[in-house]
Amino acid sequence: MTVESVDPGDVDAADILGSAIERREDPALLTGNAEYTDDIQIDGMLHMAVVRSQYGHAELGDVDTSEAEAMDGVHGVYTYEDLTSDETPGAGSFALPTAWLLDSLKQVEHPVLASDRVRHQGDGIAVVVAEDRYTARDAAGAVDVEYERLDAVVHPSDAFAEDAEQIHDDAEGNVAFDWEIGDADKTADAFADASHTASIDLENQLLIANAMEPRAAVADYNPGTDELDVAMTTQNPHVHRLLMAGVIGHPEHKLSVRAPDVGGGFGSKIHHYADEALVAWCSMMHEAPVKWTATRSETYLTDAPGRGHETKAEIAMDDDGNIVGLRVDTKANMGAYLSTFAPAVPTYLYGTLLSGQYDIPAIYGHVKGAFTNVPPVDAYRGAGRPEASFLVERLVHLGAKEMGMDPVAFRRQNFVPDDAFPYETQVAVVYDSGEYEKPMDEALEMLDYENFREEQEQARNEGKYLGVGFSCYIEACGLAPSELAGQLGAQAGLWESSLVRMHPSGTVTAYCGTSGHGQGHGTTYAQIVANELGIPYDDVEVVEGDTDEIPQGMGTYGSRSAAVGGSSLVKSAQKVVEKGKQIAAHQLEADPDDIEFENGQYSVAGAPDRSLSMADVAGQAYLAHDIPDDMEPGLEETSFYDPDNFVFPFGTHAAIVEVDPDSGEIEIERYVAVDDVGNQINPKIVEGQIHGGIAQGVGQALYEGAEYDENATLLTGSMQDYAVPKAEHIPEMETESTVTPSPHNPLGVKGVGEAGTIAAPQAIVNAVADALEPFGVDHVDMPMDAESVWSAVQDNATADGGSDEPAAGTGDDPDAAADDGGER
Amino acid sequence: MTEHDITLTVNGAEHDLTVESRTLLVHALRDELGYTGTNVGCESSICGACTVRMDGEAVKSCTALAVQADGAEIRTVEDLGTRHDFHPIQEGFQEEHGLQCGYCTPGMMMTALDVLEENPDPTREEIREGLEGNLCRCTGYQNIVNAVQNAAEQMQPAAVADGGEADDDPTPATDGGEER
Repeated sequence: MTVESVDPGDVDAADILGSAIERREDPALLTGNAEYTDDIQIDGMLHMAVVRSQYGHAELGDVDTSEAEAMDGVHGVYTYEDLTSDETPGAGSFALPTAWLLDSLKQVEHPVLASDRVRHQGDGIAVVVAEDRYTARDAAGAVDVEYERLDAVVHPSDAFAEDAEQIHDDAEGNVAFDWEIGDADKTADAFADASHTASIDLENQLLIANAMEPRAAVADYNPGTDELDVAMTTQNPHVHRLLMAGVIGHPEHKLSVRAPDVGGGFGSKIHHYADEALVAWCSMMHEAPVKWTATRSETYLTDAPGRGHETKAEIAMDDDGNIVGLRVDTKANMGAYLSTFAPAVPTYLYGTLLSGQYDIPAIYGHVKGAFTNVPPVDAYRGAGRPEASFLVERLVHLGAKEMGMDPVAFRRQNFVPDDAFPYETQVAVVYDSGEYEKPMDEALEMLDYENFREEQEQARNEGKYLGVGFSCYIEACGLAPSELAGQLGAQAGLWESSLVRMHPSGTVTAYCGTSGHGQGHGTTYAQIVANELGIPYDDVEVVEGDTDEIPQGMGTYGSRSAAVGGSSLVKSAQKVVEKGKQIAAHQLEADPDDIEFENGQYSVAGAPDRSLSMADVAGQAYLAHDIPDDMEPGLEETSFYDPDNFVFPFGTHAAIVEVDPDSGEIEIERYVAVDDVGNQINPKIVEGQIHGGIAQGVGQALYEGAEYDENATLLTGSMQDYAVPKAEHIPEMETESTVTPSPHNPLGVKGVGEAGTIAAPQAIVNAVADALEPFGVDHVDMPMDAESVWSAVQDNATADGGSDEPAAGTGDDPDAAADDGGER
Repeated sequence: MTEHDITLTVNGAEHDLTVESRTLLVHALRDELGYTGTNVGCESSICGACTVRMDGEAVKSCTALAVQADGAEIRTVEDLGTRHDFHPIQEGFQEEHGLQCGYCTPGMMMTALDVLEENPDPTREEIREGLEGNLCRCTGYQNIVNAVQNAAEQMQPAAVADGGEADDDPTPATDGGEER
C-alpha cells in the first residue's frame, strides 16, 4: 500500500490528527532556501581545519606548527597545550565527557586534542584558524607531526587477547566495562534441562551513519556581551550546550546552540565531538566568527560508528518447541574513548531487548566493552536494539530449524500472547502493548506464504535457490522515565519540554525541546497542537532546535520525538485549554464545570449559543480587561513531560531473496513490512520513515561496513569504498501497518524512526540462510557481499567433502530439503 | 596560487569573479556567489548532492573547477520554482514525500531533470538507474522514484499522459517545466 499525501487545505479540522498531509518543511528545502550550517556566512568569518592523526595508535612526538603559522592568511595554530595555557580564553575541562555511567565503567580521559598519544586515525592533534577554508586546510597539512607508532587493536576479541596492546594505561586489559543482565543461574538450569539447543557465533559489523550533510559548526563570539552563539549540526542543542559549556569553560547562560536545517543524523549528531568545542573556543580566542565543516573523509574518520559486536549466543527449547532459555555473550567495540552516550548502547539499549517478541522464561546476557583503536563508537540508527533484534531473530530461525518446525509456526508458538500485556520480560523491561500475530498474519498474506513454499520447492528442483526470511522485531523507544534512566546510569533526564503560546489573534507558536533533522516535526507537531486546541492547522507554527528560543529540551534520538515531545505538546495544549476554560466561564458567567470545549469552541453546557472561540479567549487573555480575579494575563503554558515507561513498537518484516550459489549474488525479490507503531499522527511521514529505515537495514545486510586494517587504518574511508546503497540497490518496499496504541502516552503513539533499520537485516540474512539451506549454510556475516556468500557455500561444500552441490541429505534430493520447509 | 578572472552565468544572472585555479565550482557558487541551495556531500563525485546543470548537462560541482565553468550557463535549484509556483519536479517531490532532511534533494532534482529530458516517460527501473549518481540516506529512494514519475506525468503532453485521449483535455500538463 502506498499512502497518498493530502493537501492540508483538504482536511477537515477534526481529522487533522492522523491525516497524511504534505510536509510544510518541504518548500524551503525544495527551493534552495533551507539553511544548513555550512550555508551560514558572517562578515569577518574565519575557518578552522583540524590536523588529524594519520595513524590508528601512536605516541606523539614534536608537533611543529611553525610553517603553518607563517603562512599568509593563517590567524592561529593551536595544540592541546595552547588550549590549557593561561593565555587563552575558557577554563574548561577540554575533555569530552561521558554522559552514561555504568557501575563497572572505566572512564578514561578524552582530550579535545591529543596531548601525548593518538588513539584512532583522525584523532585531533592541532587546529588551524585561517581566512578561508582552502588556506585552513593547506595550513593543517603544513603542521609537521612526529609519531612513534604503536601496535593497534581493531576488534574487541583482539583487544581482550592476553598480549594485546594497551590503549589506556588505566584501563587494564582494554576493558571499558563488564556488564550483565538477567539471571545466569536460572538460565544455566534452563539449558541443562533443555532437550534442544541452537547456537550462533556472529559479528555485527561497524557501520558509519553517513548523514548526507557532513558535521559542521559556526561559532560567533561577541566580546561586547560575552555571548557565544553556535549554529551546528546537532540532534540535541540543549544537551550540546550543557556539555560544551563544561568543555570550553563558558557559562551555559552565555552560550546558545542552534540547529539550523540539519541534513540527517541517524544518531551521529547526538554526541558531543571535539570539533564543535574547538570551533567555539577558536571563536572566543579570535573574537570572531569561525566555521568548521567536515569533509566527507573527516566524517569517515571521526563520526561515531555504530554496532561493532562479536557475539556467541544460544537458545534452548523443550521437546514441544517452547523456548526455555536464551544466553548471550557479547564483546562490544567502544572504540578509542567513551563517546557521549556510548556505554548505554551495548548494555541497556541492547540487553533489555533480548527477549524479542517471545515469552522466554530464562535469559542471561553478558557484555564486555572493549577499548580499541577505531573512532569512539556510539548510537547509530536503532542503537543496541538492532543488535538485539538481529541476534534474537537469527537464533529463533536456528531454533526452528533445530526443532524441525516451520519458522512461522515456531515464532507464533513462542510469541508473548495478547493477553499477557503489560508483559514483564526477564531482562528488566515491561512491554506496554502488543498483538504480535497481527502483523505476522498480514505479512504472510501479503507474501502468499503457502504458495511461496511451493514455488520455492519448484524453483529448487530447477536449480534456483529462493528463500524467505522473517524478522519479528521489537524495539524500545521514548526512553523513560527519568528516574529509571538515572538508576541505569544516565547523566540526563529523559523528559521533554514544550511551550504552547497563543497569540492575541488566536494563532499559536508551539515550542518543543526535541530537534528534528528530516522527520517533519514542523508538520506533525502542528497536527497535534491544532487538534488539541481545535484551531486551524495553518494557524500553528512550530519552533525547535534553538536554546535561545526553547527553554529546555533533550533532543531527537531513539524515536522519542512523537512519544515524548508530542506528548509534552499535548500536555501544554491541555493546560492552555484549561486556562481558557476559566476565562470563558468568567466571561460567559457560568461555572467552569459547566463549560464544554469542542472543536475550538467553549460553550455553556445546554446553551450552545453562549460560546466563545479559542481565538476569542486568547484575545481576552491578553486584553486582560475581564478575566477572573487573581488570574495572570496571557495564554501560554509549559510542560515538562516525563513518561511512565518506554514504548515498544513491533512488527514483522519479511524478505524473499534469490541467491546464486555459483556467484554468491543475492537478489531481493520482495520486501514486505508490516509495522505497528501505535497511532499514527501522519501516515505519509510514517511510511517515509519506514522506507528510509529499511534502506539502511538493507545497507547493513548487503553492502555496508567500516573496515580497518591491522594498524587500525580505515580501508573504507570514502563513498568509493564504503557502499552507501544507491537507488538501484534498494528493492520496492511493500508496507502495511497495524495499530496497537501505547497506553503510556496521551497520543497512543510508539516510535517509527528506527523500526526499519532494526527489522531489515535479519529478514534478509534469514532469507539467505533459507535459500542456502540445501548447501548447509545457516549463517553469513554481514555485509553479505557476493564473495562472503560464495565462500560460505564453498566452505560448507569443503566440509561436506569438496562438492559445491547441495549438501548430502538435502541437496542430493532437493525435494527433501524443500519438504521440510524453507527458512530453516 | 594563480588566480583567474572568470564569468559564470548562474540562473540567468552574469557574475564576474576571481578564483584560484583550484577553486571548486561548488565553492564558487556557494561561498563567492551565495547560491547555497547546492550542497556539498562528499567532495568526490559519488553522492551527487552538489549536482547542478552546466550548459544543460548535470554536473557534479564538487569535482568541477570553477575555471572550467568560465563562460558557462549554470542552473541551480534556486532557479526551479517558488513555493507558490513550483516546477513540476518540486511538485512531485512535495506530493510524493520524496525528501526528508532535504540535503540531497537539490542535486537529486537536477539529476532527475536530466533523466526526464533524456527520457520523458521512464520506467521505475530506468529512474533508479538514472539516479545512481545521487545518494539519499533518508527516503530509501522509493518516494523519490514516485516523485520523478509524478513529475514525468506532469511534464508530459496530455496526449501521452492520458493514453491518447488528449482531446478531452486540451490543457497541457505543464507549460514546459524545466525551461521556465
